[in-house]
Amino acid sequence: MTTQNIPMPGSMDPMEQDFRPTPVPGDLTPYLIDTHIWTDEMLHQAGIPIYDTPFVTVGGGIGSFVTVDYLRICGVPASSLTVLTNLDVPWSSYEYLTRVSQIPRRERLRSDSASTPDNIWGFPSYAVREAFSAKSVKDFFSPLWNVLTEPILADYYTPKAGHAFESMEREYHRIGYAQCVRKGQVRMVRRRYGGGYFTILTPPAGAAPTRRIAYRSQFVHVAVGYPGLKLLPDLQRYRETHRDPSKVVNAYEPHEHVYEQLSRRPGTVMIRGGGIVASRVLQRLIDDRDRLGLQTRVLHVFRTYVTGSHGPSIFMRRKGGDGWAYQGFNYPKSVWGGQLKAKVRKLEGAERAEEYKLMGGTNTPVRKSWQEQLKRGRAQGWYQTLIGEIAELVPGPAQTVVAHVKAAQGYIQAQADFVIDCTGLEADIREHRLLADLLDHSGAGRNPSGRLDVERTFELRGTRSEPGRLYASGSATLGGYFPGVDTFLGLQIAAQEIADDLAALGFCARLGVGRSTKQWWLWARHRPI
Amino acid sequence: MVPTLNGRIQTRIALLAVVGGLWTLLITPLLPDGAPLSASYRATFLVLLLVIVLGVLWELLYHFLQQFRWEKDWPTFFGLLTAINEGLLIWILIAVGVGPDVPGGSFLLHFISVWILTWLVANGPMRVPFIHWRFQGGRLI
Repeated sequence: MTTQNIPMPGSMDPMEQDFRPTPVPGDLTPYLIDTHIWTDEMLHQAGIPIYDTPFVTVGGGIGSFVTVDYLRICGVPASSLTVLTNLDVPWSSYEYLTRVSQIPRRERLRSDSASTPDNIWGFPSYAVREAFSAKSVKDFFSPLWNVLTEPILADYYTPKAGHAFESMEREYHRIGYAQCVRKGQVRMVRRRYGGGYFTILTPPAGAAPTRRIAYRSQFVHVAVGYPGLKLLPDLQRYRETHRDPSKVVNAYEPHEHVYEQLSRRPGTVMIRGGGIVASRVLQRLIDDRDRLGLQTRVLHVFRTYVTGSHGPSIFMRRKGGDGWAYQGFNYPKSVWGGQLKAKVRKLEGAERAEEYKLMGGTNTPVRKSWQEQLKRGRAQGWYQTLIGEIAELVPGPAQTVVAHVKAAQGYIQAQADFVIDCTGLEADIREHRLLADLLDHSGAGRNPSGRLDVERTFELRGTRSEPGRLYASGSATLGGYFPGVDTFLGLQIAAQEIADDLAALGFCARLGVGRSTKQWWLWARHRPI
Repeated sequence: MVPTLNGRIQTRIALLAVVGGLWTLLITPLLPDGAPLSASYRATFLVLLLVIVLGVLWELLYHFLQQFRWEKDWPTFFGLLTAINEGLLIWILIAVGVGPDVPGGSFLLHFISVWILTWLVANGPMRVPFIHWRFQGGRLI
């Protein structure tokens, strides 16, 4: 049995054939597939048309967006940048994942006020913008007070998802992003004999006379997001054996039917996981319980139950309690520019992997409203926790699911109407076809955490094709010299490193005091560039 | 900006010298100290110099305290609260005659306005001209 990936917008079809049984014009050939470095002539022979562009970014999500934004601000014209993507807009995939995991546009993300993918300066921050668009005095002062006193007197300020998407949309139009986009699925990036790279795009059926198109560029940037999100083996076993996809779900799958059924008749939900997604799903269940007067019961299974502050020394102690490890954002805040960023930048190999382990582990933010809800649930008995690991899921009586939980005291059976798995199991990078191809043919390697090995400049180590450069950022590069790569601000930090490297190579202007200030002024007045 | 020790010190010196210096130039003539302008300027710039020099020492303490925080961050609010201890120390120095001779009202007006202004600049506008600054722990060079 192979584990399944959870479908996401723009994700690659793993079953797509490299060659059609009946040859079609301009397709890959076995010779091309097997050859690491391609010549222009090889593509001519295969009938694949070649388009020239200085810079290609593959993925088209928020990673591509902030990189294009940075380069546009550094003076690169839109006509010199090509975004190859399956996504309709850069935030499609992110918005899909946040929405199904219970962060619709009106709810707040887990992101810092100054992590603004629409604004490379982070000024004005989301909190300030929210204040200045307020319609009442209270709504004006509330975000400002929040951001002023966080995290001492108030929880961390976090922006509404809708605020992030709407502001990205404004910037999308300002920089002429749509002009750069070419739709399709990228199959591979290969080095070119004579320098630079070829990026092979499979356009949507019928959109081009050939099956493949090649983009010849000096620079390539790969930001394809998660290699894939996987179902845990026991979940998949349950679904396949019992042909029941509805009672056992992953939180990153659409699962509105769970909440709908609970609103019609009382039930028990088993939650698995101790991260932000579990927190959000719990909030939805309890909000519905309060709003609709439901009798929903929650059984929360923790594999690791955190009872209090934890860590190896007094200088490395993270708060925790009631099962959860608490942390404002998905990394300690100083990875985005403080001590931890400076420290990890200098670490290599096992030392770096160890540092990642120390700051890692599943965690969730402390939010007063969540604390209140769970406290009430514990007091009234409808929220209970169980410590252990779910070993097997089997159908129970009256359309329920029974979990065999391996606990410290032996096996325990627990029954629920639904199981919502809130753990995120990320696929290996090799399961993404484009990334596997980079490993097999383009010289890319793995870092100590097993993801793509990038330099401090985010150049993909081992893939250089002078005078070209191949960069990668985002989740696929986790484990590198900069830890927060899979976050809004992390993507911008990567974009800054890439832009600095490209400026040193003469591809764009360096963002010094004058240009930065001038460009910010253009941004502030929403002037197109 | 989440500071490193080096970044703290650089930001402290640069912001107080430039933003604090310009502000001191503007505000000194308006202070109710009743002294000749040259004496007022000498006093206010001496206070500013004290905030910078003693501040570098304070930053060492703040950096040490930061080590007890899991996030290794320095909340925005702390940036305001530390005006109290730093202001008190300078006032004590003035009171014992080590610092410049400034009346209490003028000192408060000058010190608090410099503090708030530099704090505001550090928490936003600074990122506009210095786009690398926040990602390198507050280092400028």
